[in-house]
Order: sequence, then C-alpha cells, then structure tokens
Amino acid sequence: MAEFSIIGKPLPMTDARAKVTGLGKYADDLVVPGMLFGKILHSPYPHAHIRRIDTTRAEALPGVKAVATGRDAPHPYGILPIGHDERVFQTDKVRYIGDNVAAVAATSLEVAEQALALIDVEYEPLPAVFDPLAAMQVENPEHWIHSNKPRNIEKEYHHVFGDVEQGFAEAEIIHAERFYAGEVTHAAMEPHATLAVWEPDGRLTVYSSTQVPYYLQRTLSNVCEMPMSHIRVVKPLVGGGFGGKSEVIPLEVAAAVLAKKARRPVKITYTREEVFYAHRGRPISYMDLKVGITREGRITAVEARMVQDGGAYCGYGPVTVLYSGNLLHAIYDIPAARYDGYRVLTNKPACGAMRGHGTVNMRFAFECLLDVLAEKAGLDPVELRRRNLLRAPCITANQLRVTSYGLPECIERVVERSGWTAKRGKLPFGRGIGMACSHYVSGAANPIIRSNMPHTTVHIKVDRDAGITVYTGASEIGQGSDTIQVQIVAEVLGVRPERIRLVAADTELTPVDLGSYSSRVTFMAGNACLEAARNLRAQLFDAVAKKLDCGPEVLEARDERIFPRHDRERALSFEEAVAAALEAQGALVAKGTYAPPEEARGGTFKGAGVGPSPAYSYSAQTAEVSVDPETGQLTVHRIVVAHDCGRALNPLTVEGQVEGSVYMGFGQAVQEEMIWRNGRLMNPSLLEYRIPTTLETPLIESIIVESHDPEGPFGAKEAGEGSLAATLPAIASAVYDAVGVRIHSLPITPEKILAALQEKRRQAASQTRNSGTHPGGGS
Amino acid sequence: MEKILLKLCVNGETCQVAVPPNKLLLDVLREDLGLTGSKRGCDDSSCGCCAVLIDGTPMLSCVALAASYAGAEITTVEGLAPPGELHPVQEGFAVSGGAQCGYCTPGFLIATKALLDRNPQPTLEEIREALSSNLCRCTGYMQIYESVRLALERWQQVPRTAAASPTAAQGSQ
Repeated sequence: MAEFSIIGKPLPMTDARAKVTGLGKYADDLVVPGMLFGKILHSPYPHAHIRRIDTTRAEALPGVKAVATGRDAPHPYGILPIGHDERVFQTDKVRYIGDNVAAVAATSLEVAEQALALIDVEYEPLPAVFDPLAAMQVENPEHWIHSNKPRNIEKEYHHVFGDVEQGFAEAEIIHAERFYAGEVTHAAMEPHATLAVWEPDGRLTVYSSTQVPYYLQRTLSNVCEMPMSHIRVVKPLVGGGFGGKSEVIPLEVAAAVLAKKARRPVKITYTREEVFYAHRGRPISYMDLKVGITREGRITAVEARMVQDGGAYCGYGPVTVLYSGNLLHAIYDIPAARYDGYRVLTNKPACGAMRGHGTVNMRFAFECLLDVLAEKAGLDPVELRRRNLLRAPCITANQLRVTSYGLPECIERVVERSGWTAKRGKLPFGRGIGMACSHYVSGAANPIIRSNMPHTTVHIKVDRDAGITVYTGASEIGQGSDTIQVQIVAEVLGVRPERIRLVAADTELTPVDLGSYSSRVTFMAGNACLEAARNLRAQLFDAVAKKLDCGPEVLEARDERIFPRHDRERALSFEEAVAAALEAQGALVAKGTYAPPEEARGGTFKGAGVGPSPAYSYSAQTAEVSVDPETGQLTVHRIVVAHDCGRALNPLTVEGQVEGSVYMGFGQAVQEEMIWRNGRLMNPSLLEYRIPTTLETPLIESIIVESHDPEGPFGAKEAGEGSLAATLPAIASAVYDAVGVRIHSLPITPEKILAALQEKRRQAASQTRNSGTHPGGGS
Repeated sequence: MEKILLKLCVNGETCQVAVPPNKLLLDVLREDLGLTGSKRGCDDSSCGCCAVLIDGTPMLSCVALAASYAGAEITTVEGLAPPGELHPVQEGFAVSGGAQCGYCTPGFLIATKALLDRNPQPTLEEIREALSSNLCRCTGYMQIYESVRLALERWQQVPRTAAASPTAAQGSQ
C-alpha cells in the first residue's frame, strides 16, 4: 500500500470550480446596499510642501458623502515596527508623484472623480531626487525626504563573517564587477480593491485583496483608533499578489477612514495606473560584487555592496536589503563574506517585497560572477558549483541553519535533462545554453513584529454531520494554500478531501496566521494543520479504541475508515467514529500551532533577524537561447528547472508555482522595467510595462526534487519563490554562450546586447590593428 | 447622461437594462446584470480579463459600448455551461492547473472556447497564438497549454451538438 493516500497527488485546487465558473468573488466583485464609491487624490509633485488643503467645494458637490484628509487619520503606520513613516493622507508634504493627499466617497464613481477635481491643494515644490546614488549625497537637511533620515539613507547594514582578508589572500582568482538591475513590479492581474463596511454596532468589516489580513487588521486598529476586536478583515479570492499585497496599501486605509466618516460602506478599486504607483516592487539595485576562488574552484571570500532605490517610504525596505546580504549564504559553502547594504530613499513610490524578496538581484550578480570565474579557472560552470556545495545539515558563516539540501540533485537533473554537456560551448554561434542556481526561505523564522507567539494557529471542528471544518488564517492568493491544507488534514484523518470545508482568512472566525509572504504557508500553516489534525485524530482514536476494545496506538485512519493496523476488517466508518467520540464529549475541536524552533532563528548581530528560516528550498536551471548578432534580438527557447521542495504535497501546484516563478524571472530578465523620468512612471500600463505573453514565454520543463526536510509537514518546503532568481543569470549565461558578451545589467535588452557586440568588435578590431595582423576572419 | 433602454441577449437570456449610452459592456455585465465573472485587469485593453464571446467571436468587453451590441448573442464565462455543469474548457482549466489566482481565467476560457470552436485540432503554436491576447501572471502558461489539451480531450468525448455553441450548451442537457 502506498505510504500516503492524499498527499503527493496532483489534486485540482479546492477553489478551481469557483474560478472557472466565474462565480468566485474577488473584492471588486462585492457590492452591498448603500455602498459608496471612493477615489483618492494623488500628488502631482514628486516632492513638495503642502501649504493648504481646502475641501469645501468638494464637500458641497451633490452626491459626495465624505471627504477625508490627513486630519481624519493622523496616525503613522508601516509594515515594520521600525518604519512607521506613512500616513494614509499626507498633511505637511508629499514625497512622490502619486502620494496620497485626500479621498472622496460619493454615490457614484463619476461624482467621486468630479469631487477630486474640486479639492484645492496648494503645493510648494521642493528639490526632488530620483537616483539613490545621488540621494545619498544630499547634504541639505531641508531637502531630505524624511527629516530623520540623514542623506536619505533609510537603513544601512555592515556585516563581516569569517576572515575576509585572509580569504582573498588565499584566493588565486579574484573577479569584481558592478551589476545593475532595473525596477520591476508584481503586476498581479487583479488591481487592488477594498470594500469597507461600517456596521450598525460601530464596528468595521473590511473585505480586501490582501496577503496579510492580520497586519491589515492591526494597522486599521491603529489608524482608525478602534480596538482590533472591532475590526473584521475578510480576504475574498485574491487575484495574485506576488508581494504587492503583502503590506497595507493606502486604499485599504482610505476605504476604512471614509467608511467610518460616512457611516456607509465604501469601495475603492485602483485603476491599473494606480496599481503601478502603489508599487512596492523590486528596487533598482546597484551591486558591486567581488568573489575569490582557488585554482580548484573553491570559493574563499565574498565581498558585496548593495545600494537599493527604496522610493519615498520605508515599507519592507530594511528587510529587502538584509535578504540581499544574508542570503548570499545558505546556497554554497562560503567561508568568509563582507556585506555593505544601503536602503536609500528617493522621490518615487516605495519599493517593497516582490517574489524572491531581496534575493533576486544579488543572486543574478553572484551567479553571473560565478560564470566568469568558472571560465577564468577553466572549469565548466556546473563543475564550479559542484565544488562549492554545502553538506547539510550545517550552519553557515552567518548562522543560518540548513536542514535539507537538494541542490546537488537539482543540478544533476537539469544537466541531464537539458543536454548540457553536449551543448555548452558547442552550439553554433548565436545559440547558447546557460545555467544558474538559487534558493529561498520556507517562511521567515522571525515574525515581523517580534514575539514568541506561534506564527500560525489552526482550529478544526467536527460535529454531528461528520463534516470537518478547518479554520485557518492562511491567505490563499492563487498559490494553492487552501488545497494543501485540506490535503494535509485529509491525509491525517484518512478522509476524502471533499469531507473538509476550509474557512480561511477571516479575522473574526480564524485564528491568527501572519500572512502569505516569504513562502511560509505550506511550511508553517501546513505544520499547524498537521498538529491540529493529529490532535483531532487522537480524540477519534480514543473513542474507536473503546468500541473495538484495543489500544489507540494500533489504530490507523484511511479511506474513510478507522481500523486496527493488524485487523483492517474490524473497522469503524469515519461517521461511526465521529458518533462514538461525540457521545463522550460533544462536538470535537482540536488545535495546532507552529512556531519555528529556537535553533532556526539565526544569530544575534544587527540584521540577523532576516534570512533565518526553518528550511530552504533549492533550484537549478538551464536556459537555451538564440541571439541575432545583427539586431541583438534575444529569444529564450527552453528553460529546464529542478526545484527541491522537500516533498511535493501536490505536484500540480508545485509545478505551477515553479513555472510561475521562472516566468516572472524571465520577464525581469529580458523585458520588464519601470521607466522613470523625474519621478513620473513612463509605462504605468500593461501595454507598456510588458509582462510576457504566450508568444515570448519559453517552454518551461519542471522537475521536482524531494529532499524530505526533517521539520517540514511530511518533509515539504517552499515551492513558490525559490526558482525565480536562477532564471535571470541562467539566461545571461546563455547569452554569453551564444554570442560571447556578458550583459550584467537587467533587463537584458537587444540594445544592450547589440552595444556589447559592437564594443567587442571594436576591441577585436583595435587589437588586430595593434598586433598588425590582417583583419577579418572569425574566431 | 440620459439613460436609454437596452435589450441585450446574454448567455441565452434576453434582458432589459436602462443604462447611459456610453456605458461599457463590461460595466453593464458586472454592475447591471450581476455577471462579475468578466474582470477588469487594465485600463488599456491589454490584459484580456474581460473577454466575452459576441456572436462567437472573442471581444474585449472593456472597450465595447453595450449599446452597440443590442441583438447580438453575448456569452460570458457564466454562460459557458448550464448552472452546476462545467464546459470541457472549464474542466480542463480546473483539473490541469490553468487557473491559479483565477483572475485571468474567464478571459482565457473565452479565448480557448473560441479557438476550439474554429480549430478543433490546434497545435501548440496555434494555441500560443490564439491565447496571446490574454495575460496570465501566475502560471508561466505551461499548465494553461495542458488545460487546453485536456479540454480538447474532454470535448471530443461529448457530443458536438451539446457543447458546440453556447446557446446549445444553455438549452440542452
């Protein structure tokens, strides 16, 4: 008999039917009687004092039911306890084009829009700064974006692990280079939407497109000056997040403030342009990276400097810059490393967490540099990686604990599947193959708001109908977390998944879960489900043991029956077992929690809190490309990816997550970039910010590697982010293999390839002239 | 703006709505008819989330004036199959992972239905071409291709008359 009956199966998602019939409800689909429509007034200036706001003309417009400004919500907030620098509406100054100044609730969208035009705001423009390197040089405190952040540095970190000088002294090959990554954004298909309902008893119910209902509830409590228990946050279906809904977004607060003021329900839905300006995506990054290796290819030391363009507010910024440094580790054996990270404020929308949070750009730089070093050492890039693998379990130089490590198998599987050995360096000019690796956390071991409370709690209830209701705070955002939790509970209780009903992400009904970010749900909510289901099963086993006159330890639950392992015919059906247990105690309830173990929580240095995880996922990839040397046109044909997810609880959703990660990495690698001119976004639409269509997207072949993590639920680790980062350097490596130029600036556009090819030809020609040989003839 | 009385045929049912003449079909479907399956994902007709079939042709309802389609046969995702049933295209996407967050799904279902109506044996390249007006941010498209393949398989197992056209699907079974 197979080890498992429910997990490991490619079950369709539990909400698939709601989605394919169009009957499932997203936040903007919700309508309640008496609902008003909200619109937000945004700043047209990147940096300006607000001298006066006059809302009287707007308030007088028929149909306008409330106008809110900063006076209505003076409390600052922010996702990090150290970064409460946002207010829903600015009162003294605006800090980016799109900053929020006021909002209107009216009986129709048209009236709300008309009312915005009637709000008089007097601005006094200030000098603005848009480049982080320039922002760090601003000496005049009057011009700092936040007066308490000298020279616009939000946060800086300086880490040294091991003996870096000694490491470089031992190195026989050292290479250093600057890398650049342009800004990208989540572009989830669902624009943000929030419906805030003022209840007759003075409470507030908020339906929102959020990845973090609990943090939203906290923030609204603070801003609206109401007890948390009087605010109910409900997450309906969410049309993708990717990090863009993982902190409180201004419209969520604006809708609540307006609803409170109007004493009416208020819905705000962002236009796509507003979504781009709300942003919180991946920052422009300047990276200086130096790596030393021995002639045999062992890494001896790493030195990295990162400057991130954080935009005008803190958001997740310090976490982003810490991930870039701390996750240099836990993928290869690095004995010594120095990291200098700067998160810099500029007059642009705030950056934040985006899939692969903080790791992607630095991983691009690191893997590209390994490609260069491999060539200098005369090694195959795959071989260089093989020589720097970790041996799990282990603790890295910066005190990250690695418990399971499927990277070696990932590498070998993609090498085999892609035909690497027959292709690298052997394809005709213009065609190439590249490879790279990446990794990610399975949830952050330390919560955003430090405490020793569990990161998640799950309740299960079973009553006379023998239906199983699971109450979980975890937020399904399209990644399949509802399905995974149902599978885990069904497996433990030995029932069909259809018997289980999941009630999720409703702060009034479900216990706290920290949210869907940092790839934490399968691992953390999964472990809590596992514990809750085992506790419930113990109650059933006790009752069944009495009926069957045996010990509960010999019982097994499977296929809707509970039976002694050695005497499978003496079974009680699940319904009979429930009835037996109810006789003794009434409705069954059970609870499970998850908190990462102390050993997983990392070191004590400043910034040690970010990076530690109970487990890390691993990925290796190859990319095959062709490059037209005449135009620089890059086509990515095929990506082979192997992802170590510990155990695939549902191979269908694991593959979906891995392929989706590769897709997003591909978009950033070759065609996505937010183009800024003086703080104004030049491409705030899906027509001009080009996320890949079916026509550009390569065929992706995914391979699941299972390293069975000792602490994951049934051995599972994350699957939704770890494969993103490797895609970018794998493509860069393939471009080099195809036409011999290294593009270390993202995105890798035809213009950059062509410029590099022309520069290469020019250098070759001047070398030829200098050496006096006859020009012409290819290499 | 003065409202006009408009007669629309949506998912096999004729309905009357009083709407301004400049109201977009997407907004009429979502706000006046309560058919929220069709989604708005962009401001510039680039995402395909709002696609509906108009006389069998996939069209973007976010750039169509409702008043222009009085008398036309309009099919939204809600009308692909009778209530409680799934059209093979819906089955394909539900089973093979074509729907992750689900927001683009109605548009993809409409585009897929239109493709299979006109080409029951599409190659991968033809599928990619036919779905290139729809954006999906979740899947990387691989499981969407799988979903289309499964839809095709399932479709070939049901009598063509039952599933061949939206009105037939509405009326029969």
